[in-house]
Amino acid sequence: MSTDQNILVKLNDAGLQLNNKWLVKGVSLQVEKGKIVTLIGPNGSGKSTTAKIALGIYKKIDGSVKKYTNKVGYVPQKISIDWTLPLRVNDFMMLTESLNKETIDEALSLTGVIHLKDKNLGDLSGGEFQRVLLARAISKKPDLLVLDEPVQGVDFTGEIALYELIKKISDELSCGILLISHDLHTVMSATDHVVCLNGHVCCSGSPMDVAKNNEYKALFGEQAYQILSRYQHKHDHIHTDEGEIKKN
Amino acid sequence: MFDDFFIRALVAGIGVAFVTGPLGCFVIWRRLSYFGDTLAHSALLGVTLAFTMEFNIAISVFVISSMIALILIQLQKKTNLPGDALLGLLAHSSLAVGLVVIGFLTFIRFDIMGLLFGDILAVSVNDLLIIWIGGAFILLTLKFIWKPLFASTVNYELAEAEGLNPDRAKAIFTILMAAIIAISIKMVGLLLITGMLIIPAAMARNLSSSPQGMVIYSIIGGLLSVIIGLLTSLEFNTSSGPSIITAALLLFILSLFKIKQSIKLKN
Repeated sequence: MSTDQNILVKLNDAGLQLNNKWLVKGVSLQVEKGKIVTLIGPNGSGKSTTAKIALGIYKKIDGSVKKYTNKVGYVPQKISIDWTLPLRVNDFMMLTESLNKETIDEALSLTGVIHLKDKNLGDLSGGEFQRVLLARAISKKPDLLVLDEPVQGVDFTGEIALYELIKKISDELSCGILLISHDLHTVMSATDHVVCLNGHVCCSGSPMDVAKNNEYKALFGEQAYQILSRYQHKHDHIHTDEGEIKKN
Repeated sequence: MFDDFFIRALVAGIGVAFVTGPLGCFVIWRRLSYFGDTLAHSALLGVTLAFTMEFNIAISVFVISSMIALILIQLQKKTNLPGDALLGLLAHSSLAVGLVVIGFLTFIRFDIMGLLFGDILAVSVNDLLIIWIGGAFILLTLKFIWKPLFASTVNYELAEAEGLNPDRAKAIFTILMAAIIAISIKMVGLLLITGMLIIPAAMARNLSSSPQGMVIYSIIGGLLSVIIGLLTSLEFNTSSGPSIITAALLLFILSLFKIKQSIKLKN
């Protein structure tokens, strides 16, 4: 157990209503220094909304959210950038904070895109852009990292490497991470706390606790249970978007 | 040295170009061209008000334009009309009301052409002070809000999430828009102010690969437009505003050749 000083952000019975429809309701969770909290759940279950509530993007929420730090790095799930802006990767890295050259180079090297530094943001592929987004979020050495599907569109080997990087960052910077991911395997092996959402918190706890939960099984199916309970394994298969497994 | 009307116009125009350069980039990036137009149209109302109450034109225009911006924000919240319809509504109705008011003010002689298209003969030493002091103030404020404004232009949620307070930056920027219209109305005229904001910045977009580069090219484009435009205006006795904007257009057309080249290089 940790003391209150380690808490970076705390949601208390938080929810968001839009046009009389609840996007997500009654979420309580906290992210602490050096811990990785993962949100899982089907599409439309309110994962991104919860992340945005934690970040303070929504103003009119139910319940309460308290952020104890201003050093935040965010990788949004969707980002639409207007190409009427001439913007190179290097400019983008300094979007919310001025950084020196070494810091930028280091972050871009960590995510493997240092060679794209002077390229125009509009010329990057989806996976490359995702790596730049992650580099930007970690470069400012934040206390709190909020990563909304940070490896989408990244190739398979890159995906594993990036998740390892995220784990390493969490240890080295002892920052707290709020992670949203669909890849149960990779996520579970590094996560301290799992929150399973489906419009509300359907269960939460350590990966093992959640795996045993009946609601989780009902939501994700038996196979997902198998994944969680045997998450130390060799990578001999790949996952489809639905969470099914295909042998290589 | 400010005795000569042409020198005064030149100094005024240069001051205006330094401010419209960076502001124009944001107008393009944030897609505010029609917003700028609306504020400029409402400026006529400000001018008539200044004449009736014998008040300073720049301050009166600034106040009216800011009010129109506030009304727009309220209408956006309270109605279901699309943004462009609201902008058109406010632009044309404020222009119309302004013209009607002028019709009533028969005791004052109005140079309507000068108001709409700019009049270099009308620039006084007082106007120079307003342009340079007001302009410096606008630029300093823009420098102060640059980071949050630019970050939220790229992506609002990133800026908000990482604690930059983009809403405040946006509100301040709206006030700066009203201010630039107020100080440049005598130079370019209210129908062409948005052109002074957009065209040099559009030219700059064709030449630059970074935001800072675009701002610098935009300022240079504005300065060249003012100098070429005013010389033409002096030589051929044309209105200052249209002459400056035509010069800006020529520079924009020249910049298109640069794009053609870089597209060729890419292929």
